[in-house]
Amino acid sequence: MSASPILRAAVIAACSAAVSCTGSHHMLDGAGEHARRVAELWWLMFGVLAVVYVLVCAAIVAAVVRGRRSPADLRMVAASPAQERRMIITVSATVAATAVILFAFLVATYSTSDALSSLARTPADVTIKITGQQWWWDVEYQDPVPSNTVTTANLMHIPVGRTVQLILVSADVIHSFWVPNLAGKKDLIPGHQNTMWLKAERTGRFEGLCGEFCGLQHANMRLTVVVQSEQDYQAWLQSQRLAAAEPSGDLERRGREVFVRGPCVMCHSIRGTDAAGFVAPDLTHVASRPRIGSTVPNTREHLLRWVRDSQEIKPGNRMPPLALSHEDLDAVVAYLETLK
Amino acid sequence: MLCALAAPGCKREERAFRVEPPQAAIAVGTRLTSLQPGTPLPARSQENEYEKNAFAMNEGKRLFQWYNCSGCHAMGGGGMGPALMDDKWIYGSSPDQIFSTVVEGRPNGMPSFGGKIPNFQVWQIAAYVRSLSGNVDQIAAPTRNDNMHVKTQEQSAEKVAPADSAPPPPQ
Repeated sequence: MSASPILRAAVIAACSAAVSCTGSHHMLDGAGEHARRVAELWWLMFGVLAVVYVLVCAAIVAAVVRGRRSPADLRMVAASPAQERRMIITVSATVAATAVILFAFLVATYSTSDALSSLARTPADVTIKITGQQWWWDVEYQDPVPSNTVTTANLMHIPVGRTVQLILVSADVIHSFWVPNLAGKKDLIPGHQNTMWLKAERTGRFEGLCGEFCGLQHANMRLTVVVQSEQDYQAWLQSQRLAAAEPSGDLERRGREVFVRGPCVMCHSIRGTDAAGFVAPDLTHVASRPRIGSTVPNTREHLLRWVRDSQEIKPGNRMPPLALSHEDLDAVVAYLETLK
Repeated sequence: MLCALAAPGCKREERAFRVEPPQAAIAVGTRLTSLQPGTPLPARSQENEYEKNAFAMNEGKRLFQWYNCSGCHAMGGGGMGPALMDDKWIYGSSPDQIFSTVVEGRPNGMPSFGGKIPNFQVWQIAAYVRSLSGNVDQIAAPTRNDNMHVKTQEQSAEKVAPADSAPPPPQ
């Protein structure tokens, strides 16, 4: 890092005072090549500009303290040729320093953007299609073998150190994909395909958000990115490829009946059953996801409240309230909990 | 002898001569024909409040795609299913008739969506379906699409008065 620890601490303290900005949703805590390079550029600019700022402030304070010492100062002309020369040297030196600093920034910015775009020139190890929907993320792992395609929602696992290509499209309005720890934003535009590249440099769990106002629940359009070792990633992908397991208990079996005979099938799909709706999140492995409706933590209580009346948790979302009986509700929730 | 002894043990069917009010009310359903006994009742004009509500009709438009109505009826022009923007309404053009058609399904291909879609969404779809032929409050009808336009916006759909028509009787 180009900044001193004191400066860093000061910035983080000032920033934290306004909003919490450390941890899993933090631009300057880079875990990906993009975010790291941009953060480095940011620290370089911050450090240099902080020094300039302090020097300018010191010059102003010095000028005020010194005050006007002769009538010549009032007329803004030099009292002597020697003073004239000193003024010329001072002004020229500061102008030159400004030009040098700006040129250095230009070079640094250029080399950063070049490094960022170089990722696009390397072949992608993983290709993921992300569809922005009001108000959730549809995440599809593409594979040349169709049956190996994996669809999940509001959750993305990626291998560390690999180039990940994201294909960004939208089903309704403009959204923006933003995982600050990994990279900058990129818009998802209806009727247009955008592409971006990611390369995570350390494992961990990072949070993403929609970065473009997209309607009522824009603020709750969240995404969790789990960066794993290649081995863990492959194990996860393999588990996601499996169809939903056969429920073991009577209650769970009844839950599946309610699901596949009821209104759920109009929008949701669970691979391995008759439910094949494609406009709402694929629920084949819903129990393995960190959040319900991209909003609240995935607990039994939240799941129950969501199925009963999701409008209570996320007003305006596209899932209508379902008038299920208590018994059916219990059964559906019990079934969904088995979908690990 | 044994049969005669066993006979009194049989359960006797009950005959209720007095039926209580909820069951005794005169049956009302969705009428698909004007043919009636006695003097015909006037056509019931059941209104759909959503036909005056722009949000509800836009939701209907979204659901028309989501629930794949467009799979057969296309964008209203018809395809595998009948067109919805002309004056022909095989199973009636009134809001409650459209509601019944969606919920009950109709022979030769229209699936029954009863038990799969909440009531309010069926009414939203019914309102949108009538907007395709300009039979709703045009100020509230959906305007331009968010995506590429394949047809005129519903708001400027030409009003087509329904000429209710049943399929021709077999010759």
